[in-house]
Amino acid sequence: MSDAQTSLGDPRALETHVQTTKIRFRPAQFWRWAAGPAWLLAALVTWKWPDADDFPATNQFAVFQMVIGLVLIALAATGRLKDRAPWAFVLGLGLGAWELIQAKLLLLPRPFFGTPQDLLDVFLTDWKRLGDSLFHSLLLLAGGYVPGSILGIIVGVALGRSHHVRYWVRPVMRVIGPLPPAALLPLAFVVIPSTRWAGEALMALAAGFPVAVLTWSGVSAVDPAYYDVARTMGAKNRFLVLRVALPAATPQIFVGLFMGLGASFAMLVVAEMLGVKSGLGFYMQWAQGWAAYPNMYAALFVMSLMCTTLMTVLFKVRDHLLKWQKDGLKW
Amino acid sequence: MAERRPQMVNSTHPEAPLGLTLSHIHHSYHMPSGSRLVLDDVSLDVEPGEFVALIGPSGCGKSTLLRLVAGLESPDAGTLLADGTPVTEPDPSRIIMFQDPTLYPWRTVRGNISLGLDIRGEKDPEAIDAAIRLVGLEEFAAAWPHQLSGGMAQRVALARALINNPRLLLLDEPLGKLDSLTRLAMQAELYRLWKSQGFTALMVTHDIEEALLLATRVIVFSPRPARILANIPLDWPSTPHREDPRLQELRAEILRHLEAVMAVG
Ligand SMILES: Nc1ncnc2c1ncn2[C@@H]1O[C@H](COP(=O)(O)OP(=O)(O)OP(=O)(O)O)[C@@H](O)[C@H]1O
Ligand SMILES: [Mg+2]
Repeated sequence: MSDAQTSLGDPRALETHVQTTKIRFRPAQFWRWAAGPAWLLAALVTWKWPDADDFPATNQFAVFQMVIGLVLIALAATGRLKDRAPWAFVLGLGLGAWELIQAKLLLLPRPFFGTPQDLLDVFLTDWKRLGDSLFHSLLLLAGGYVPGSILGIIVGVALGRSHHVRYWVRPVMRVIGPLPPAALLPLAFVVIPSTRWAGEALMALAAGFPVAVLTWSGVSAVDPAYYDVARTMGAKNRFLVLRVALPAATPQIFVGLFMGLGASFAMLVVAEMLGVKSGLGFYMQWAQGWAAYPNMYAALFVMSLMCTTLMTVLFKVRDHLLKWQKDGLKW
Repeated sequence: MAERRPQMVNSTHPEAPLGLTLSHIHHSYHMPSGSRLVLDDVSLDVEPGEFVALIGPSGCGKSTLLRLVAGLESPDAGTLLADGTPVTEPDPSRIIMFQDPTLYPWRTVRGNISLGLDIRGEKDPEAIDAAIRLVGLEEFAAAWPHQLSGGMAQRVALARALINNPRLLLLDEPLGKLDSLTRLAMQAELYRLWKSQGFTALMVTHDIEEALLLATRVIVFSPRPARILANIPLDWPSTPHREDPRLQELRAEILRHLEAVMAVG
């Protein structure tokens, strides 16, 4: 990449550069320098090509595209745009194509298919409510997922270590566990006075079941020799559980935590759509009721951003705790 | 030499070596397909400070015997006394070094070695450093177990055992996975440690020469169920040499014992 920088500054180097590119096309170089201009080109289309109808925020969208284009060029010049360059390029062109097809040529039926600037307009005008909904969704999710996971780990360890707990809890788990938690929602709304608590309880259930099962399986798979080693050095039950069984089962526990997070997302949306009067699910429900499709798409986008961010955070935590493992799945 | 000696040896806990009394020990493993007798009327006295080597065919019950002495299992019948008190549960004064290193993969080399201290809530970084130095793994203190070779893992297990200042050290083929050079060095190290610390040692080994060089007594077991075939006290006037004719004689004697039962079995 440094040779590309010097080649731009020095005309003689440019010649040799041109000669070598004649011989072999270098895709990495192409993506890197094409990404920014692709966005700028799309911005130009947005700005100059007249809209097919009275769409909001056209100029703002052009500015948005231009800013991204300039940032990409700056990144390319400082050599910080590498692996993501092809994605940046394709995204720029894709957004441009969407703009062209819908905002400029109006080829798809409205209002079902919005335009990019519709979406941007929602973010510009309704960001407060979107942010508030996101905040409430996160709050609800945390209220269910966190206690559910902790409970799941405790139950899983108990199942793995105690014969009595296995005898009493396993049948209960087998009856309730495989039931989709959403099926319990009507019941929960009746039995639990607050819809919020009902949603949280069901999310805790949705997360707790996979976490408990996977923790249990991880704890049962712990090599008995690990316990023997600690016992000969005087370890008591507390150490065996917290410092031997739990770390040994951590890889499995995280599989459960991932599954539980997915189940909690599902439960979150259902709860917000069916009873809890706040959050992104409720926002979407409301938007659909008013046929405000751009709002719905915007909420969907925010929700996907929320889910992927939480997953990434969980992966980061896992990678940190399991750095002793030879290798692990990359998210 | 003095600085190579680990801190833990410097008798911060000047504890006397442990004596053992095993009388008429029987032990079986019970499985759905029936029970399997492993130890058949084993009686053995070990004086405090002795170094006893256990030799016997594979699968005869040597590891089982060590598990009983460690207190990880209770014998079906017979009495097992450590310094006159019955062994009912594991105790840090009787440390076992298993046949497999069984290091915790989630702890570094250093973390594995400090296990005993962590369990008892003790802090002694110098003792850990000394133990790491003793087994020559200074460069690998921060490594994860999966980054170690088999022999290195076994050395970590040895250090992990020694840091507990055991009064009785139970060694299950401690040097089994080492190359012959490292093996010789570790034999010398083990011998020196035992001499300087004065713990009682019970060591399972398949290497007759190793048993003869290190131990004060060699016990030869029959194939399963293990019975004691021979109890050979060794009292070398001075540190024996590998080519010592008496050593070769004893070696031949032990082999005769083993061959006799193997042929019958
Ligand atoms: N947990 C167990 N359950 C059932 N049988 C067992 C168990 N552990 C050991 N055995 C059996 O007991 C016998 C003795 O085993 P042990 O591990 O004590 O042998 P060993 O003398 O140490 O052999 P080696 O020299 O190969 O290590 C073997 O036949 C083995 O199959
Ligand atoms: Mg064995």
